[in-house]
Amino acid sequence: MLSASLQRLWHKLGSPRWFVALTDGWVKALGWISLVLLIWGAVWGLGFAPADYQQGNSFRIMYVHVPAAMLAQSLYIGMGVAGFIGLVWRMKLADVALTACLPLGMVITALALFSGSVWGRPTWGSWWEWDGRTVSTLVLFFLYVGIYALREAIADQDLRARASALVAMVGTVNIPIIKYSVEWWNTLHQPASFGLTQKPAMPSERWLPLLVMVLAFYAFAGFIVLVRMRTEILRREMGARWVREWLQAGGPR
Amino acid sequence: MVGLMRREWQALLRARGAVINPVAFLLLSTTLFVIAAPGTVSSDAAAGILWTLVLLTQLLALDGMYRRDFDSGVLEQTLVNAEVPFVAVLTRIFMQWMSTGFIIVFIGPWLGVLLGLPVAAVPGVALGLGLGTPALSLLGSIGASVTVGFSRGGVILALLVLPLFLPTLIFGAGLVEGAGLGRSVMPEVYALSLISLLALAIAPFATLAGLKISVEMQ
Repeated sequence: MLSASLQRLWHKLGSPRWFVALTDGWVKALGWISLVLLIWGAVWGLGFAPADYQQGNSFRIMYVHVPAAMLAQSLYIGMGVAGFIGLVWRMKLADVALTACLPLGMVITALALFSGSVWGRPTWGSWWEWDGRTVSTLVLFFLYVGIYALREAIADQDLRARASALVAMVGTVNIPIIKYSVEWWNTLHQPASFGLTQKPAMPSERWLPLLVMVLAFYAFAGFIVLVRMRTEILRREMGARWVREWLQAGGPR
Repeated sequence: MVGLMRREWQALLRARGAVINPVAFLLLSTTLFVIAAPGTVSSDAAAGILWTLVLLTQLLALDGMYRRDFDSGVLEQTLVNAEVPFVAVLTRIFMQWMSTGFIIVFIGPWLGVLLGLPVAAVPGVALGLGLGTPALSLLGSIGASVTVGFSRGGVILALLVLPLFLPTLIFGAGLVEGAGLGRSVMPEVYALSLISLLALAIAPFATLAGLKISVEMQ
């Protein structure tokens, strides 16, 4: 099975106090990595990648739209998994993770929808088309908003955690619909040009910046989620002695 | 199971408003469309309008789905004492569908004709509604189970449940449109059946979990 030290690490991460202590270094590292990757990817993709023969320069919005859309789905899956762990193993940090992913997910989905709309204007001729992928991504946005509203409506922390975990899990059924909608329906939205196992149908000068941007977005999401999780833990455990001692010892290093 | 059904049936007979109100809403809202926009209402728009109104009607009916049992304490007792609370939930969802979706299957196609669908499309529309409304009741019960403890839960219920309704809406409207045009509607039939069966597989368990959460909110 997993090595003993890995198991110990997993258990430690489940404790609020150890989580804050262990992720000190991760936050700084992820912050710097995401900054560097974002600047590199943005400058390379938006400035130096060769123009598309059909779309001209308007294809460059892909370097924002594709990572944002991927991240929107990943964050929701993260919330679904966190919800599942929270419901089954009653791990308190799972709800903290769900809280952290929620606002970022909402904003990133809105960004994906907006950037997609901006891309559609010159290429499809309209700001919005009701095809499989756009509709299901809109549904994803509404799912985020729904969970947010649900959390606002329940005062008790434990019940709030369980209710939002349940709704997040039920909504996860939408993710395969988004992913496979471009395969199932003959839609306007172009099929995936970026797969895990196959070589992309783009020259490397065009998909390498995309890879950098995707990694940058994910690193940035990791950074934000960790920062939010740490803040939420500190907020929840405000009265505990370890928080006071930790803050007196200098807080985040 | 039979005892539960009988109890639900008696409750339904005593609270006839719960059945008539949503149906009346559907009739009224359809007439609203016909009166307000007689020019635009045609065979093109009829499918979408009909299904959207059916969705909104279901939403209206879902709000009080568990409220009566919740307020009287029967819900908590069922979750604690019943041998298989799952059966109670399933019965409730079934009776919910009987009081809304089942009736809509019969009156919906005629409202579609009111909105401009050809009369020949009526059987197709009825089939679509019959396949799609169970999904609405099932998925809606998930939202209803989580929001039953809220005093003003109606809006949050809509927010939670409408995203889940959207695939049913898309295929249902597609089926009605296909029936109006006279083309084969088998793709939509398969899709709606798939959604309803998946909902049947997931919804009772999710509802049970949601009810257990809500009961602790009292």
